[in-house]
Amino acid sequence: MTEMSTPVAGLRAGSPPAGPPRGARDERLEPAGRLTRSLRRPELGALLGAVVVFVLFGVADSTPQHLWFTQTGFESWAQQAAFFGIMAVPVGLLMIGGEFDLSTGGMTGFTAILMALLIGQLHWDAWLAVIATFAFGALIGALNGLVVVKSKLPSFIVTLATYFVFRGMSIGGVLLVNHGSTELSLTNPNGGGIGSARAVFGSSFGSNAGLPTGYQTAIIWFVVVTASAVWLLSRTRFGNWIYAVGGDANAARNVGVPVARTKVLLFMGTSTAASLVGVISFLQTYSAVSEQGVGYEFYYIIAAVVGGCLLTGGYGSALGAALGACIIGMAFQGVIYAGWDSSWNFTFLGVILFLAVVVNMLIYRRANRARR
Amino acid sequence: MLEVRGISKYFGSVNALSGISATVGAGQVTCVLGDNGAGKSTLIKILSGVFPPDEGEILVDGDPVRFGGPREARDLGISTVYQDLAMVPLMSVWRNFFLGSEPTKGWGPWRRFDVEKARELTSRELAGMGIAIRDPEQPVGTLSGGERQAVAIARAIHFGARLLILDEPTSALGVKQAGVVLKRIVQAREQGIAVIFITHNPHHAYPVGDRFVVLSRGTSLGEFAKSEITREELIRLMADNAELEALAHELDVVPAALGVEADEDTAG
Repeated sequence: MTEMSTPVAGLRAGSPPAGPPRGARDERLEPAGRLTRSLRRPELGALLGAVVVFVLFGVADSTPQHLWFTQTGFESWAQQAAFFGIMAVPVGLLMIGGEFDLSTGGMTGFTAILMALLIGQLHWDAWLAVIATFAFGALIGALNGLVVVKSKLPSFIVTLATYFVFRGMSIGGVLLVNHGSTELSLTNPNGGGIGSARAVFGSSFGSNAGLPTGYQTAIIWFVVVTASAVWLLSRTRFGNWIYAVGGDANAARNVGVPVARTKVLLFMGTSTAASLVGVISFLQTYSAVSEQGVGYEFYYIIAAVVGGCLLTGGYGSALGAALGACIIGMAFQGVIYAGWDSSWNFTFLGVILFLAVVVNMLIYRRANRARR
Repeated sequence: MLEVRGISKYFGSVNALSGISATVGAGQVTCVLGDNGAGKSTLIKILSGVFPPDEGEILVDGDPVRFGGPREARDLGISTVYQDLAMVPLMSVWRNFFLGSEPTKGWGPWRRFDVEKARELTSRELAGMGIAIRDPEQPVGTLSGGERQAVAIARAIHFGARLLILDEPTSALGVKQAGVVLKRIVQAREQGIAVIFITHNPHHAYPVGDRFVVLSRGTSLGEFAKSEITREELIRLMADNAELEALAHELDVVPAALGVEADEDTAG
């Protein structure tokens, strides 16, 4: 494949003005070694970060039985990471596609409340409620996406508006139907389909002597979402389009990429994932609280950025976003295991976000270094 | 392969092009030369189907055609490589190469982007054009301007271009890089592809061109075969014209400006 090894016929006619001799390589370019290549992988920083954070909290662990390195410790941060990761991964895809979604946190809470209303108040079959909640999520995503694509307004503003609409609805709506209480609970968890729906979304698996409660089903969903996103991004046409619409929408349009459709589908991805989180959290606890999930949209964005997704779009990794979610999950649980005040979580998040943005910027410059 | 006869285009009262005729055959390079505002980009847009001419006709393989849009022109094998190249800098060479036309394998939900094929075809196509890309994984943003032009040309040829329209491919490049692009033009011609090479630089046009069309202020100063014109004549044709224009412009503007200033001085 290199030109050095394949002699190519020179010019036969109309010799142009002096060009470099065929096959001459620019001596200023060093060959890209294995190290440089792996440095180019966007999720590398997040992987190293996750290892460092894991070891750090292992050392800081102040529980008497040193639970951090046991199944108990693993499960505690993994389930937290799952709730962040199911969102961070599609939010990461959307960011690679060049857009933001600030309505995600509010949507996770609102869809949980929707589940509580449909099952608890309207006595729907649980599976019908699950389907309706997913359809609702997809619809909201489509609306977000269409407004962004058609109005050409920044998605930051459009979804900020959506976020406030849902935040208001999830507080006001619950107060309305619930006579002044902000929590909607299922008083009779024996309705149609609830048992089987819970088994799929809100249950646990793999219980053993070391961890009698088992692992939360959410962890499986996290793995499924991450694996699907990795596959989508690296092995499908749609994945190629995601990079393209975020990297240069105009160029993408010129070569026939359906830019608007790609973006709308990405918005549908984040809001449908929010429905998944709402469904899981409701079926796990049989209750939903208004304001649940509020403010989490920033955790998702932080996870995606830590995972190597560029704020300006066009670059990033689904696996990286998942690793970013793991870092946040480990930090939140690790602080508890270390016996520190959990307020320091925010400081920690701020620091890793800053570090991640600096690293991303360096990567971006590196990728664009030779631009002329 | 392509012939235009007496095409004109008006934008309101501005006569952007009037009565332009040109031909390009398979395995030929027709250079369209002209200074800024000569009507080169209007001509490109007509040829690539962005808008139709107001007068005159376009013939492809001898048959008159009327393009409904760029897609129709592309379907006839007319491929335009614009200055911005339609490439995404942060994406790898092979991802860019097949962007929008990704090869797939499998079916139903398992239909997927055939990345192995895409990588292999990219390497083969680029090697076939003698383009030294160290690694098709490298982002397009790390390529030099000449390399990026070469990749865009290779891409257009791979996707069945029979006529390549190159919009100022050398204008933003240094001498060496421009040389690289000129080689690609010669290679495309040797593959039997018709090339329309738009440039304002007669030094770039003359070595690779078979025919030359010189535009000035929307009109054609003539179409010449290479045998009918020397490099010096071509340069003079362009330079004279540019100089005359500049001179006329100066004569128009300078005394007026001086006059106004003088008036103001006396008034003040």
